[in-house]
Amino acid sequence: MKFIRKQFDNVKPHFEKGGKWEKYYYAFEAFETFAFVPNSVSGEKGTQIRDAVDMKRLMMTVIIAMVPCLLFGIWNVGHQHFLAIGETASLGDKILIGAIQVLPIVVVSYAVGLGVEFIFSMIRRHPVNEGYLVTGMLIPLVMPPDIPLWQVALATIFAVIIGKEAFGGTGMNVLNIALTARAFLYFAYPTDISGDVWTYLGDATPVAGFSGATPLSIGAAAVTSGENVVNSFNNFGAGWADGIFSFWNLFLGAMPGSIGETSTLMCLIGAFILIVTGVGSWKVIVSVFAGTYVMAFGLNLIGVNEFMLMPAAYHLIIGGLAFGAVFMATDPVTASQTETGKWIYGFLIGVLTVIIRVFNPAYPEGVMLAILLMNVFAPLIDYYVVQANKKRRLQRATV
Amino acid sequence: MGKFIRIKKGFNINLAGKAAPQIAQVDQADTFAIKPPDFAGIYLPKVLVKEGDTVKAGTPLFYDKRQEKVMHVAPVSGEIAEVKRGAKRKLLEIRILADKQVEHESFKKYSVSEISSLGAEEAKALMLKAGVWPNIVQRPFGIVADPDAKPKAIHISAFDSHPLAPEFSILFKGQEQFFQVGLDILKKFTMGLVHVNVHSTSEIASTFSQAKGVELNKFAGPHPAGCVGVQIHHLDPINKGDVVWTVNPFGVIQIGKLFVNGVHDASRVVALAGSEVTKPQYYKTYTGASIKKMIEGNLKSDHVRCISGNPLTGTSIGKEGYIGFFDNVVSVLPEGDHHEFLGWIAPSTKKLSFHRAFGLLSFLSPGKEFALDTNTNGEERAFVQTGVFERVTPMDVLPTYLIKSILAEDIDEMEELGIYEVIEEDLALCEFVDVSKHKVQQIIREGIDLLRNS
Repeated sequence: MKFIRKQFDNVKPHFEKGGKWEKYYYAFEAFETFAFVPNSVSGEKGTQIRDAVDMKRLMMTVIIAMVPCLLFGIWNVGHQHFLAIGETASLGDKILIGAIQVLPIVVVSYAVGLGVEFIFSMIRRHPVNEGYLVTGMLIPLVMPPDIPLWQVALATIFAVIIGKEAFGGTGMNVLNIALTARAFLYFAYPTDISGDVWTYLGDATPVAGFSGATPLSIGAAAVTSGENVVNSFNNFGAGWADGIFSFWNLFLGAMPGSIGETSTLMCLIGAFILIVTGVGSWKVIVSVFAGTYVMAFGLNLIGVNEFMLMPAAYHLIIGGLAFGAVFMATDPVTASQTETGKWIYGFLIGVLTVIIRVFNPAYPEGVMLAILLMNVFAPLIDYYVVQANKKRRLQRATV
Repeated sequence: MGKFIRIKKGFNINLAGKAAPQIAQVDQADTFAIKPPDFAGIYLPKVLVKEGDTVKAGTPLFYDKRQEKVMHVAPVSGEIAEVKRGAKRKLLEIRILADKQVEHESFKKYSVSEISSLGAEEAKALMLKAGVWPNIVQRPFGIVADPDAKPKAIHISAFDSHPLAPEFSILFKGQEQFFQVGLDILKKFTMGLVHVNVHSTSEIASTFSQAKGVELNKFAGPHPAGCVGVQIHHLDPINKGDVVWTVNPFGVIQIGKLFVNGVHDASRVVALAGSEVTKPQYYKTYTGASIKKMIEGNLKSDHVRCISGNPLTGTSIGKEGYIGFFDNVVSVLPEGDHHEFLGWIAPSTKKLSFHRAFGLLSFLSPGKEFALDTNTNGEERAFVQTGVFERVTPMDVLPTYLIKSILAEDIDEMEELGIYEVIEEDLALCEFVDVSKHKVQQIIREGIDLLRNS
């Protein structure tokens, strides 16, 4: 430890004002503060002691909460691969295939994203913020398993520059950055992020009867075909993957989809970590699920078509709802910032998700668009909550 | 009848090194100092003494040019040793080399019956002249009260919930009579109520429980329940245009002593506390004492920070500094200017945190006493609204929005969001828990100054 410290101390003068690498100071600072908590002390007046928490630890906690989704996703990519080509494989083989497919996406996301962050921190002369640590993991988890790596890189650059740095960097962005990346791909390269992309096939040919349909596309199809959605789910995969869309399997998540989004169970484990550590807002998570269920249940009662009649509970476990609710909607920067506002914000995300899913078959994945839309409206919700606070104060006053 | 109010939001910071309930026998400090910067919002202090002058306890030292009637006086008798000025000749300290035996300026004494019939104007004139007026702090703004204002109420917080706070039952033991006289005098200045706010569960010193003619309110719950600003918010909130006075119990007693004994009596008990103190205990001294003799041979290490006041709201004064006018505790903490390898992620049970983020395990041991140093435990970052400020602010105030309005220098917004209701100490916990390590208290004071000077 002392040796490493000494190395840092030796090179530090070169990065400080007047040093030969002065313009790289913030890049150096980022590495230094990762190795060592700095020796800065509190000011002369005011709070002399500080809480042990800092931004790095906060962000790491979120990453730890995502680890179950990532590990499950790696296994699941391999599992779906062998299922689709009709081979049985060992656990090790599945993880190997999954890792070969997933880890490069993670590496590209971090390398490109952090590269952009470092460049901006040097140009704009501000410290490298830790926000990207979380974004860098979120982006791979919402990508299809065989997304071309250059698209990951492009989407990351777009999201970090247009979604974040253009607004002033971490803490100032309006839209969730990972979802901005995904939305960018969705609209720029629709063929690579919709349709039969959710299973990694590689060069192999799929088994007879294989279909790349997802629960959401089955639901959307039911609007015109008039078939019972639950029956379609239960019959799906007959011959090559029996029961893949059964209720329990949808919950467990051993099905095609984005790398980290498929398993509601893993998302709930993540939610548990976020809530216990107090890092994620339980109000947002609960209200997204509540909004989804209430809206879906309302549609059940109206029930004009088969998708509307799909039992409300299914909406909670298909698509990326759980992942969006737990990891995307809770982003403290883009979510509603008042406690009352969080309830409204989360609830409306749930409601909008169901509306987009059921009434707009062109965009089967409603969560992404619902969260982005509510990101835009969050300041408006907060505005009214703050106005209410001001009004209470004003009413009390006599003059 | 007083009210009972339970504070739900907040956080008790349980620090090691609380003062043992005993009063130490040590030599009296040689030097004392009155520090104008202790009085928030002081404009331009006009010094009335020169180096070498002899003064008695109660001799005026300076006054603020915006409050020419309010005298700030010497706490002890002796010789003016130094008038210390800083950058731009800002007055920092007036130091007094104290006599062995304190001599007092004599003021008019009053009997019990005279006190009850005494008019407010006459009482005020004496308090201003004898230097006990600066004990009265005005809300909004937390500044020395304007003598011409008519407060709608007077609030006295009779307990301290800060970390390392001294026991009021020790500080004010046997002062019942003076406390009561002080209350009787203060009541003359307001048409409203005088509130004495005590803690519901801890033993209430008879000094407060026997007080007559006041509203005795009980508060329960974690810090900041003891902050008078929080108490006012729950009892009778401050609105735009209101003036409320707050006095700490020492101030009330000092006012009482002035009228009963006819002297400016600055004798007081202070606590010396903190994890770096070998024998944390109480000391009998006077306002503005040098801490040199208290800490001599009483520290565990040399690399410490001496703080006048508690670790949340205090001021670092150095090992030869002087205790602040409003402070009744000196905290000594380890200085935290060290690097910690991978300290941002290593799990720890030794660090205290309000959060429960990965590796912060202090929440598992709620009764434990922590020895914290002054390291900021991280770097300053952009605001990331995690909702944590709201969880330590037991008021209907939105701290993040208030802070942002101050940073934006938007005065109308600041008013609407409740800047009149807070001073630094009320939001000190926000500064402690802040993930982004902002200087919340400094920001609040800048906002108040901006508002006052607009």
